Amino acid sequence: MVAEKFPSPHEIETIPGTEGWERMYPYHYQFTTDDKERTEYEKNMFWFNDALHYPEPMYPFDIIWDEAWFLALSQFNTRIFMVPPALGVDHRIINGNVYITPVPVADSEEVVKRIPMFMERAGYYYEHWNELHDGWEKKMEKIISELKALEIKPLAEMEDFSVVKKGLGTSGGYMLLKNYDKLIDLGIECWQYHFEFLNLGYAAYVTFVDFCTKAFPDIPLQRVTQMVGGIDVIMYRPDEELKKLAKLAVELKVNSIIGKDDKIDEVVSALSKSENGKKWLAAWDKAKEPWFNVSTGTGWYHHDLSWNDDLNVPLNSLRIYIEKLEAGDTIDRPLKRIQEERERITREYRSMLKTDEDRQTFDQLQGTSKLVFPYVENHLFYVEHWFHSVFWNKMREVSAIMKAHNFLNDIEDIWFLSRSEIKEALWDLVTAWATGTKGRGTLHWPKEIEWRKGVYRKFKEWTPPPAVGTPPETITEPFTIVLWGITNDSMAAWAKLREVGDPDKVTELNGFAGSPGKVEGIARVCRSVKEIDELKDGEILVAPTTSPSWAPVFQKIQACVTDVGGIMCHAAIVCREYGMPAVVGTGQATTVIKTGMKIKVDGNTGQIDIER
Amino acid sequence: MKDRAKFVRWFQECSLEDVQVVGGKNASLGELLKGGIPVPPGFSITTHAYDLFLEKAKIREDVYGILRSIKPDDTTSGERASREIRGMIESARISLDLEDYIGEFYRQLSKSSNIPAVPSAIRSSGTAEDLPGASFAGQQDTFLWIRGIDDVLKHVKKCWSSLFTPRAIAYRTKMGFPHEKVSISVGVQKMVNSWTAGVMFTLNPSTGDISTIVIDANWGFGESVVSGECTPDNFVVNKVTLEIIKRKISAKECLYTANPETQTVECHEIPPERRNNQCIIDDDIIELARIGKLIEKHYCRPMDIEWAIDKDLPAAGNVMILQSRPETVWSEKYVKPVCEAKASALEHIVAGLVAGKKIK
Repeated sequence: MVAEKFPSPHEIETIPGTEGWERMYPYHYQFTTDDKERTEYEKNMFWFNDALHYPEPMYPFDIIWDEAWFLALSQFNTRIFMVPPALGVDHRIINGNVYITPVPVADSEEVVKRIPMFMERAGYYYEHWNELHDGWEKKMEKIISELKALEIKPLAEMEDFSVVKKGLGTSGGYMLLKNYDKLIDLGIECWQYHFEFLNLGYAAYVTFVDFCTKAFPDIPLQRVTQMVGGIDVIMYRPDEELKKLAKLAVELKVNSIIGKDDKIDEVVSALSKSENGKKWLAAWDKAKEPWFNVSTGTGWYHHDLSWNDDLNVPLNSLRIYIEKLEAGDTIDRPLKRIQEERERITREYRSMLKTDEDRQTFDQLQGTSKLVFPYVENHLFYVEHWFHSVFWNKMREVSAIMKAHNFLNDIEDIWFLSRSEIKEALWDLVTAWATGTKGRGTLHWPKEIEWRKGVYRKFKEWTPPPAVGTPPETITEPFTIVLWGITNDSMAAWAKLREVGDPDKVTELNGFAGSPGKVEGIARVCRSVKEIDELKDGEILVAPTTSPSWAPVFQKIQACVTDVGGIMCHAAIVCREYGMPAVVGTGQATTVIKTGMKIKVDGNTGQIDIER
Repeated sequence: MKDRAKFVRWFQECSLEDVQVVGGKNASLGELLKGGIPVPPGFSITTHAYDLFLEKAKIREDVYGILRSIKPDDTTSGERASREIRGMIESARISLDLEDYIGEFYRQLSKSSNIPAVPSAIRSSGTAEDLPGASFAGQQDTFLWIRGIDDVLKHVKKCWSSLFTPRAIAYRTKMGFPHEKVSISVGVQKMVNSWTAGVMFTLNPSTGDISTIVIDANWGFGESVVSGECTPDNFVVNKVTLEIIKRKISAKECLYTANPETQTVECHEIPPERRNNQCIIDDDIIELARIGKLIEKHYCRPMDIEWAIDKDLPAAGNVMILQSRPETVWSEKYVKPVCEAKASALEHIVAGLVAGKKIK
């Protein structure tokens, strides 16, 4: 890696026709040359393109989550837990692509000074993990219910008489500004909690990985994860709910009413006509909250819709399960077998350790990793899926108001404005509403958004360098290690991300070996979960990413390839369970591979061969 | 045949306790059978048989006489002695009673294999080889595809005489082993008509990782792999899950196989278009690794194993183990803890964080 030469961040040229793009993003995200000290710092750091989270360029609004974790992760390392060698993770943006760098504690004496503070603080969390984690769940449920309760109301031509009668003293316009602030604030707060446990979780896990790879240099990372990973984790619940509903449908004999092709509305009205149908619908409705708040993507982008956003998605998945049940197949996860296999693997590795010291260390680290790992897996449902799914729709309510006032041409245009620009635009809008004049934004924003869409299209055509700046010899920041630098192999695979040339000529792609095994078969590219009904038995799924809402397709496919994700991503975990190969985080499998192509997937090495 | 167990023994009658009588290789084959490992059938001709041969042929005194005449610093005198002794052994006659024992066992082996004059591998099995710490491996000879009792007897004598190659003589002299104390046993084993063969280590020889099994393979007999004559395909298998975690397919230039017409073993060049094909199917790699794991468990130590896949046997059960010996390089290293023991996981976490992750 070090041998590889990366460009200086200040050398990257602006794409012709996008001049001025910087105003779409927070000003402090820019690489700059006007401040000598800052320029020097930027040149000397190693900035990774965060392609694992962001396979597409950033939308000006969606960068909110990047800002949120920029703050949250950094503060916990630097100011709260006092991680001895690591400060925060700094962020920049180049042509719409986010670059990040872990900031080390430069002074070695300072590192030593931070150790007792970290021991005391992190030690407290590890010791009281379960109790603090219960508190975390309560906080998350509270914040989500506040979010749901938040009212984004259209502005009235004339305020209701109740405003007068109650002596309210404020207007709907003011409430819109206030609740927009509240909405943004809830999002930022939610992401504060996201990182409360995450880095400590990663730190424990990384230490265990490190021990295992020292004791067993050949151990696949997947096996280390298997020894600590949860079995009955929350992320599986949405899928479990569908399985329950499928069984109930067969039991109540309403499976034929659910049928194969009808849309959800037709199915609901057909079911409402019978007692059993109503019974089943009641169960269906009950499962929606919270379990259908699962995103069909990673949840990071506004276009990642949830099941609740399109009930046809879970309906189609449900049908796969019903079909299996009708054919007499079992759809249950083989929990007992998974549990036993995990115990066997742990036992066998432990038995190969040669000294008492090693067995003690193994027990300590495996114990702690097992304690923290459920959080690493479960927080995703609360934050990226449940909270985000509700949040995106609240934003659409804001957008609808802006559209009604001619500030936007389309509800989906709002994502081209940053959160602070929306605030400004709302001020313009509300003031104009209050004054009875025309807002300036009606002309300004639609024009600006058209221009930004053009810029965004150009960003999409551009291939960002995998990294810029100067690589360090060591990385100490646990989050960065887990996501990018955990093994030299994954570093190498990561470096190859997006490095492919002409997508129509590529015959070999590399990603992370997500789940072992090697198969050859026909590719089926599904860009979203809505396309999964086209999948045929035995095909290889090629998708941008998968989430629990994709779960039923794993019953049909023989391997899975994704653009985004590390070895702990959903596709990798599920494939390991089903014992089928997965290559994840390939960067651009969905661009290079076309449906119908014959491909070879090697889940042991992370390589995909494409026949042309 | 009342004394026959003194002179010839089926492999299943050999065990590690019998090394002094049947030699390391044969003893180890007997052990494998006890562990339920598939081994091609065969028998050992014991060291007593060798002694009886020397005695009845009346050449013992002459042999040791010649050895005593060797001048320690004169390599030519060692070579001359070797030549004389080997000639003497190979031209001497095996006594009739001994010939009967060997002949009868060879006949039974052919009968149970359902092949008249069954092609066999004749291997020397030294009493001082294959022991941890004293690797004499490669000091003695192996003869492949030997058919018919006359040829078997001829090559048994060649194995006996291999005790006196110039190298073996020089080695013993250097190590201070008295020549009179070493003896030799011979194994006669049904030849596996191997499609693919090679070696397997139940640890990673390059890192010492004992959670790994490493397999080298080439087409034909294993000799091309053992001798290092060609670069074999290389597979790394996870011992715990039996998954193939790495594979390196090499350009394999030659293979050894039996010519059915001349009944001899020949080295063939592999056509260029075939060289880069994987020479063993994944299922067999996994089956081998499974067997490797069993062998290691039986011996309670990492092992070095020779194997072959028989093209005459049905797919399930065609994986055969030809030899196994304890791995000696890593097994003798002083074992240090992977990292220093600490009072708590937290202390390990801190140490790990401070050390950071090197990126290469």
